[in-house]
Amino acid sequence: MSVLLIAEHNNQELKPFTLNAATAASQIDNDVHAVIIGNKCDEAAKALSKLEFVKKVIQVEADYYENFVAENFAPVIVKLADNYSHIISSANTFGKNLMPRIAAALDTSQISDITKVIAPDTFLRPIYAGNAFATVKSKDTKKCVTIRPTSFDACESSGGSAAIEKAEASEEFSKTKFVKREEVKSDRPELGTARVVVSGGRGMQSGDNFKLITSLADKLNAAIGASRAAVDAGYISNDHQVGQTGKVVVPDLYIAVGISGAIQHLAGMKESKVIVAINKDGEAPIFSVADYGLEADLFEAVPQFLEELNKLNTIQK
Amino acid sequence: MKILVAVKRVIDYNVQIRVKEDNSGVVTDNVKMSTNPPDDNAIEEAVKIKEAGKATEVVAVSIGEEKAQETVRKALAVGADRGILVKTEGIVEPLSVSKLLQKIVEKEKPDLVFMGKQAIDDDCNQTGQMLSALLNWPQATFASKIEIKDGKLEVTREIDEGLETIEINVPAIVTCDLRLNEPRYASLPNIMKAKKKPIEQLNASDLGVDISPRIEQIKVEEPPKRKAGIKVSSVSELVQKLKNEAKVI
Repeated sequence: MSVLLIAEHNNQELKPFTLNAATAASQIDNDVHAVIIGNKCDEAAKALSKLEFVKKVIQVEADYYENFVAENFAPVIVKLADNYSHIISSANTFGKNLMPRIAAALDTSQISDITKVIAPDTFLRPIYAGNAFATVKSKDTKKCVTIRPTSFDACESSGGSAAIEKAEASEEFSKTKFVKREEVKSDRPELGTARVVVSGGRGMQSGDNFKLITSLADKLNAAIGASRAAVDAGYISNDHQVGQTGKVVVPDLYIAVGISGAIQHLAGMKESKVIVAINKDGEAPIFSVADYGLEADLFEAVPQFLEELNKLNTIQK
Repeated sequence: MKILVAVKRVIDYNVQIRVKEDNSGVVTDNVKMSTNPPDDNAIEEAVKIKEAGKATEVVAVSIGEEKAQETVRKALAVGADRGILVKTEGIVEPLSVSKLLQKIVEKEKPDLVFMGKQAIDDDCNQTGQMLSALLNWPQATFASKIEIKDGKLEVTREIDEGLETIEINVPAIVTCDLRLNEPRYASLPNIMKAKKKPIEQLNASDLGVDISPRIEQIKVEEPPKRKAGIKVSSVSELVQKLKNEAKVI
């Protein structure tokens, strides 16, 4: 049977993690169908039909689908589920909110946040914030799986030519109303997808000193991260938090400045390709995961770092 | 208004996890256990609502082994009025937990059910959403702010893009983010008082729910170890390494 991928979008465009989820879906079964639920979402549906791996698109529209309320989305998927062996979405806040509602309605024990497809019924997933990995096998006939987007490559956004079919909307769930969304707008790359992340910890000593992190991030076209300690101390807002209770990031380069490396922080960044740690405490646990450790006072090292970077003229943008 | 709060006993978040030698799971013997951190936020919020005169009773429920009684007791010590323990053994998957909670909800008839957004052991992030599906109630997940307004809740949710606000009718399920509040510590007099508060004990089998696992845990392994890195002696060395060796800048 085929796999049903739930597309994430903003009614105009697909959200990037849909492309990673499509790759994961294709590793389970070749016949990937994708459902897009929204309001006036033709453009996003077209983009979905062009994705590599997607063989068919099902578009479901109603004005009450405008804002992705899980209580409205779940019945649509449940209705379609008969034809599918697997239902797949990203394990970001969209998929985390939605998938368990579908799984419970289907009486399926969901498998969350997989990092690898071992077989169509067997998956690898981190537990204890990535401090252990479990290989799990689902015995349910229908499988509801959310995937960790950073563990799967994005598929090609062109090359596909899936037919778009319309399906009927389900009834509105009237007990939940969307009020508003306040998106954090930034010229910087998004923390979850940035190629470079520069993070500050408690060692920054104040919110004002985070300017050093900002300058370094500007220079490297990086996203800005922070440890939970820095967030708790009020140096920076919580949407920057990297770790077990924040975001999990897997950039090519992660620079940890003034971060000691608590277990909870390491859980969010230790899969990064190259890790740099700058800390004046040579015994700090962050050095145990760092490819390049610099034992130094950050207030001297970061300005020097900026100077050295200025000398280079080959910085990638 | 009555609030039911679900709390889970997990390995304390400061403990370094060790995988068992036979790869059957992680070591839990002689390991410090605590309340799942966002469940503490759930209890705190419920108690705050009661203190503000907007709730009449806060009931804490835990599903787990006998020792999960300590977790319920802790909830009582920070202000819950009474407790329920549904005794189970071994791994109980979120689907089963939500079915057991459904039975408790049918019995207790709360107006609100609070719990943490995710347990830090299995990291599933499912139970609240599943419970609301089974009850066909509204769900407000990852809540960082809750306001009660004439029989409705206005909840601010932490989403990847920033913040989202929704309005939900009561009865409803709310799963709590760590940013919702600052959980209080139990004072010694309150810990003593909590010892006198009642905890009702049930067996999962009494509730007539099939909780047999649907997922086979084949093995649990350590994460791949990172290769040991090097210490550099200066910023210029660091920049040279990043440019010429790692080729990331």
